[in-house]
Amino acid sequence: MADRDALAGFAAALRDPASAPPSGVAARPGADVARRFAVYRNNIAVGLIDALRAGFPVTERLVGADFFRAMARAFVADHKPSSPMLFAYGGAFPAFVAGFEPAGGLPYLAGVAGLEAARAEALHAADAPTLDAASIAGALSGAVAVDWLGLRVGAHPAARLADGDHPIVAIWAAHQETASEPRFDGPWEPEAALVTRPDQAVLVRALAPGPAAFAAALLGGATIGAAGERALSIDNSVDIGRTLIALADAGAMTRLGGHEP
Amino acid sequence: MASGRSPAAPIPTRAGVGLKPQHARAILEGRPDIGFFEVHAENYMGHGGPPHRLLEAVGAAYPLSVHGVGLSIGGPAPVDPVHLRRLRAVVERYSPALVSEHLAWSTHGGEFLNDLLPVPLTEPTLARVADGVAAVQDALGRMILIENPATYLTFVDSTIPETDFLRRLADRTGCGLLLDVNNVLVSATNHGFDPIAYLGAFPIERVLEIHLAGYDEDRDADGGRLLIDAHGSAVRPDVWPLYERALAVAGPVATLIEWDHDVPDWPVLYAEALRAEALLAEALLAEARPCRRAAAERGAVIAHG
Repeated sequence: MADRDALAGFAAALRDPASAPPSGVAARPGADVARRFAVYRNNIAVGLIDALRAGFPVTERLVGADFFRAMARAFVADHKPSSPMLFAYGGAFPAFVAGFEPAGGLPYLAGVAGLEAARAEALHAADAPTLDAASIAGALSGAVAVDWLGLRVGAHPAARLADGDHPIVAIWAAHQETASEPRFDGPWEPEAALVTRPDQAVLVRALAPGPAAFAAALLGGATIGAAGERALSIDNSVDIGRTLIALADAGAMTRLGGHEP
Repeated sequence: MASGRSPAAPIPTRAGVGLKPQHARAILEGRPDIGFFEVHAENYMGHGGPPHRLLEAVGAAYPLSVHGVGLSIGGPAPVDPVHLRRLRAVVERYSPALVSEHLAWSTHGGEFLNDLLPVPLTEPTLARVADGVAAVQDALGRMILIENPATYLTFVDSTIPETDFLRRLADRTGCGLLLDVNNVLVSATNHGFDPIAYLGAFPIERVLEIHLAGYDEDRDADGGRLLIDAHGSAVRPDVWPLYERALAVAGPVATLIEWDHDVPDWPVLYAEALRAEALLAEALLAEARPCRRAAAERGAVIAHG
């Protein structure tokens, strides 16, 4: 029992950065217990910050290493992982970035972080076959008028959508590690990122708001008809057939048909 | 879960390195001559994708070792059955030659604390850790190795020397031990004990793997060396003689180079493995000689020299 109390005290002192070292621990004569305890605190923080750096390299490039480290440190202080699988750790980081006041001058930063969080999820998602664009095109152009507006699709387990009020895909693409002089000259228009992993490579494609609304509804389980209505309410020029084929081409779906969302 | 792989072959008495995705091409296209690859189990607990594809390809060509960092066997709560199932899935999928974990804890109240934290070396802790190791071995249907920790603090309530603790843990559970030589030097420096005496007291007959890594160095309040187990550099110069000493005592044992942060290009990491392998080859030769004592004496001379 005393052992468990010792560990509980140790854990409590780790959680509270202002706390003194726990009771019941010791260091050799001449060493400072608080300094020794700080090694554990620092190991934890550095490990989690490194996990974020690994998952959000473009976000880091956009703000610089020092700013990113400070932002990550603030996140880490309030967000402890619930599992040892650190590749899943950054899920709440984009929302934190959105509310991180010092980054307020970069309104697109949270969107880019959201894109990177989606990429990290896609990387570890389950493998599954994809529905190819030719099958969709064939079904849509078939002589028999199937009630395709009533069909649903199976979302591929790696498919993710990251919303963007800004051109997040263009900004992300311009700030890859290989870009020696990142520049962005494109039109400043909202983009969502469609992130997929049809085989082993993670793909990122930009979707305008109308097609993005279609993709979100369809991959969320809506019928093609309902998803189309949703898209057309945002942009009445959306080509539903073409968008469906683009989704298939990206590997966002596993099958056409079926009633399970 | 069915496993398509045959039962694991034993780990070769050679040097290996930690598998890093950035070395995938160098490994799969270059097919370097190396003894084995080790992975952190937690990095392969995702459902699919490139991590598993890489490990399948590497596992088809090299022996594997799975090293867990998240079971928290020394923790106040029983081993998390959910995480244990995840570990079992990795082990069943890859049939590694070795599976190892730590004498440490890292989870408290459902929160992952992301470091290998120290345990009080007491009878109740020994009983708890033995239960945990037994539960893991039962779930996996195989022996695991437990690694000696690098520590920065001790508990005033500790009553059992670490080497005795590990010996009794191994006796009680039948587990093997993973001797981390860098951890020995880190703890010995931090707590002011003799690393060679520690090796002499270590239950060396239980050691089935050795770890080598680089430490970071800081200063204590009184200016003394404070070593931190960092895995972010080459093996430090004063770890190599201790490794030779360990080989002289234990005989040749499969040896891993751990380099997890600021990971270098493949040739640099591979050169570290070759350095360990050269010392392993000497130990193998020494073992082949009729009298092991000569090897032990030679190791002592090197370690003190």
